[in-house]
Amino acid sequence: MPRRLLRNGQIVPDEWLYVAEAQAADAVQAAGAVQAAGAVQAAGAGASPLILGFDQWQAEREQWLANGERRLGVILSPAHKVEQLAPDLARLALVGAEFSGPSEGRGYTQGRLLRERWKFAGELRATGYVHRDQLFFLARCGFNSFELPDGDLEHAYTALSTFSAAYQPSNDAGLPLKLRRRLPDTPASA
Amino acid sequence: MYRYDLTDKTLVNERVAQFRDQTRAFLAGELSDDEFRHLRLRNGLYIQRHAPMLRVAIPYGLLSAVQLRTLAHIARRYDRGYGHFTTRQNIQYNWPRLEEVPDILADLAQVEMHAIQTSGNCIRNTTSDHLAGVTPNELEDPRPWCEIIRQWSTFHPEFTYLPRKFKIAVTGAPQDRAASLVHDVGVHIVRGPDGELGFEILAGGGLGRTPIIGQVVREFLPRRHLLSYLEAILRIYNLEGRRDNLTKARIKILVKSLGIEEFRRRVEAEWELIRDGGLVLDEAEIARMRAFFPPPAYRSLPDIDPTPADGGAAFKAWYRYNTVAHKVPGYRAVYISLKKPGVPPGDATDAQLDLLADLADRYSFGEARVTHTQNLLFADVEQEKTFELWQALDAAGLATPNIGTLTDMICCPGLDFCSLANAGSLDVAKLINERFDDYDYLYDLGEVDVKMSGCMNACGHHHVGAIGILGVDKGGQEWYQITIGGAAGADASLGSVIGPSVAKHEVAETIARLLDVYVERRTPEERFLDTVRRLGVKPFKERVYAAPVAA
Repeated sequence: MPRRLLRNGQIVPDEWLYVAEAQAADAVQAAGAVQAAGAVQAAGAGASPLILGFDQWQAEREQWLANGERRLGVILSPAHKVEQLAPDLARLALVGAEFSGPSEGRGYTQGRLLRERWKFAGELRATGYVHRDQLFFLARCGFNSFELPDGDLEHAYTALSTFSAAYQPSNDAGLPLKLRRRLPDTPASA
Repeated sequence: MYRYDLTDKTLVNERVAQFRDQTRAFLAGELSDDEFRHLRLRNGLYIQRHAPMLRVAIPYGLLSAVQLRTLAHIARRYDRGYGHFTTRQNIQYNWPRLEEVPDILADLAQVEMHAIQTSGNCIRNTTSDHLAGVTPNELEDPRPWCEIIRQWSTFHPEFTYLPRKFKIAVTGAPQDRAASLVHDVGVHIVRGPDGELGFEILAGGGLGRTPIIGQVVREFLPRRHLLSYLEAILRIYNLEGRRDNLTKARIKILVKSLGIEEFRRRVEAEWELIRDGGLVLDEAEIARMRAFFPPPAYRSLPDIDPTPADGGAAFKAWYRYNTVAHKVPGYRAVYISLKKPGVPPGDATDAQLDLLADLADRYSFGEARVTHTQNLLFADVEQEKTFELWQALDAAGLATPNIGTLTDMICCPGLDFCSLANAGSLDVAKLINERFDDYDYLYDLGEVDVKMSGCMNACGHHHVGAIGILGVDKGGQEWYQITIGGAAGADASLGSVIGPSVAKHEVAETIARLLDVYVERRTPEERFLDTVRRLGVKPFKERVYAAPVAA
């Protein structure tokens, strides 16, 4: 069963494959054919868009950029600097931030920098330890897709709307990039 | 004071609903202990030695009479009839039932209060000067800025999962009554080169295992940039603070390892990129916040001395020690001592809180404040009514005339409640009170800050006590390490350890010996702290360890 995730407020099957998944799929198709190292891009796994780790992307960047067809994504680990990926963002349809555990918080900054500083407009995905109670904050940092545990997926709609107001500027969907200290069009209560 | 608008109300109510659902899910077994832990901590709920402990935020220590009554109601209805005020101007309840915590939060929301971000690795309650707005030599009332920071930091999407907790203190007067130099960030209102008011920004202070005094990151920040500058500091910290070792995760360790110049360079570089973005505070927004803190309707009164020419020694002593100057003629700021001997420092009962609400209505424009020294304060009392007020406070055990003296101790809950503590602090407070029960002696000693923590986490700020007491565990026994020479104010310093730790029964005698050296060697104008600074630790150490303490 393909992975399901929450994207733009919808639970959808994930059409993206991680490299390891693509290799596994190819291995099955090729019935044991030996894979050449670094030759993933030549492999099939249909035309599924492909997600690489940042280190692999750095190592094989030239080859990938030369091969202009396939939709590509890169996952940043918490310690990676967003600036390192900045020159390549135009080529990427997806950037992910990996959350290594419940107290990992660097991805929130990575998300905001990608959206606000580097104007990344593609899919911004949270992966790793991602649970429903983080969604509101992640969305406000610019994330629009979330790999959640199955049990959390069904609750994800409500988690995104737990709070209907915020004090900070944000560029998550539908909210203007300005201070939102008051709910729009509502008078201060008595 | 600040009043909630629809945004504030909505957020707090939605938080209550969220936590109610999380608690239900946990009790139904849908969430593991560990999963729930991360959620409850963001609502100030710890699991303690005996029961959960709920920490309720009191933004910059300011309370209305209505809020005081709700705190009393919570103590009565959900706890065992009391609450404990903390060094960060919050209140803690030690005996709530987990399943009732959502109801407590709902009751708090009714009076515009909450427990949001009172624990967890996020930006905590912003603290300030308890004499804000009334102290004579203040440059500007810091409370509007505290409220601006409160709102910005509440549910900040980027900074809710920091490497470690993050505490901000704001002051507006030369005297630092908020211990801002031992905060992650200190914000001081200062006058800039052109005479306009702005901020000096410090970072990297903190207590705990590695006490460090904060350093200046920026000498002058124009006021409109307050939030963007804080955001730059937090962003550098969020990305670069250590996450591999909990004891090295505070910003003080980052500042120390980078050095203040490199830390400053990184903050400034980040700030350059965001300074003119959505966080700029325009004059309208600043004015809107200021409008929540107008001076109350003071009467036009002459300054008087309400103490009688002769007699009335008890009132005189109280007036001298428990009241301080006010910027408006005819008024005094009045401390309500929560340091009555025999009562755990910082504790107040439901009946006392109810009474204080009534007294606040009658004598201080319906407001009270929490001090970082774990007392309460009525900021705006007419001098001629202080006698009436004193009588009412005295009858309720709230007029112990000891503010600033040895027995006005800061003290954490210690082993009696806290699951982290190595040692009881409340017992030791009691022993000290029993030993030093002669007020003439206490008054002769003058200002002696005693601060006591039950463990390295330093909730009792022992590092910055003129006398600091730290509970340590030695082979399962409670021992106490004594430091001297610490201070939390504008001249902040860290105390020095005098020598080997002492047993519980030796603590009071050890303090007595320290004070003997002071009394013998002080100059007429010196406080205990000054004498320690002048003489160094040596003569104090020699006296303490010269002879064993009788068992």
